[in-house]
Amino acid sequence: MDFFRPTSLIDALKLKSAHPLALCINGGTDVMVELNFDRKRPETLLDLSAVTELNQWSQAGESIVLGAGVSYSRIQAELATELPGLAMASRTVGSLQIRNRGGVGGNLGSASPAGDAHPALLATGATVNVSSIGGNRSIDIHDFFIGPKKSALAPDELITSITIPKARGGQQYSKIGTRNAMVIAVCSFGLAIDATARTVGTGIGSAGPTPLRAADAEAFAASHLDWETGTAPSVELLKEFGALVSAASRPIDDIRGTAAYRRHTLAIISARSLKWAWKSTNEFRSM
Amino acid sequence: MRLTCTVNGKIETIDDIWPGESLLYVLRERMGLPGAKNACEQGECGSCSVHIDGVLVCACLVAAGQVEGTEIKTVEGLAGATELHPVQQAYLDAGAVQCGFCTPGLIVATVDLLDKNSDPSDNEIREALAGNLCRCTGYAKILDAVRLAAARLEKS
Repeated sequence: MDFFRPTSLIDALKLKSAHPLALCINGGTDVMVELNFDRKRPETLLDLSAVTELNQWSQAGESIVLGAGVSYSRIQAELATELPGLAMASRTVGSLQIRNRGGVGGNLGSASPAGDAHPALLATGATVNVSSIGGNRSIDIHDFFIGPKKSALAPDELITSITIPKARGGQQYSKIGTRNAMVIAVCSFGLAIDATARTVGTGIGSAGPTPLRAADAEAFAASHLDWETGTAPSVELLKEFGALVSAASRPIDDIRGTAAYRRHTLAIISARSLKWAWKSTNEFRSM
Repeated sequence: MRLTCTVNGKIETIDDIWPGESLLYVLRERMGLPGAKNACEQGECGSCSVHIDGVLVCACLVAAGQVEGTEIKTVEGLAGATELHPVQQAYLDAGAVQCGFCTPGLIVATVDLLDKNSDPSDNEIREALAGNLCRCTGYAKILDAVRLAAARLEKS
């Protein structure tokens, strides 16, 4: 097995181009499990953890450009104000040891339907920035997941960063599991309210072949919430929103839960998320 | 592959590393440091907790080549020449050690917590140690040990 440890992005891109079958590793929290259990034996391991450009985040106007290798712990500590939904999702990842290593780039690279960051990225309408030696492109998060553990990333490309709009309204993230830690989501839900554009974004995790958005629920909430006065949504509105989120899911029965349970819990956690996020949206309204 | 890194304050060079092996394997099988325990090999149990450049990680989830040039601290590096680290002493005094398998990982995670937060609440202790499993389920005494260590460190 060859092992490469580039320290600059350009070197990393050259290596990925020369070795398109190389398995990328950053935090190692997914990849090392595969190696430890002999599930994968790649000829080449491309370690991205020393690439400076991937371990930074920066301000870009109304957005944050989050380096693919920035750890969940850092997102929690440094970006909770600008990216509250993603920070909440980050806090639910594994344990402190896992959050210290894992990051959003690897989560996207694995493209698991259960990835904790994905619902938060879908809800905010994030953009995945990828590069190869041929150039750069930006992929709308809604076009990124193309199948179970399959993404739109080409073999010679690396995920470099994610552009995430800063919060302009309340955000929430909920995750169902048997513990408050070390849990792969039975199902999860991310919500982002944009009080300026008067829109609602959603993301559903672990309840379909890919992470999903609930477009009908988004449109319903946007047209029925009281944007003028900020009055709390009625029980009926919340219930209908939950029903529409649940209807957008495509869950299966598996070892972590049944499809019926996932549909049921999604209706509940999405309605609660909307209620809570709307409450905190009022802080943005007065700004 | 040759690996050079600092382990518990000493620069080490290890040859014939297979790049896909874990830091845990390097520590236990190549360096004779069995303090970090090998159990789940998937980051679930925390028994292999160590610090890399001051960051708490599961050594089983770090590829050997990724620690090139880094500074690693294991449970073996905590005690002084004659005295245990206050966290180690607190685990003994509180009776927080049953079979002992999870103890090194929990001690390293506790040191990490108390370095950042000298007076953690019970909820903060629980969240900080959520990645460390004790199959004897001795969690009540473990929480006692963390509180005891925090109180002693505060005094000193």
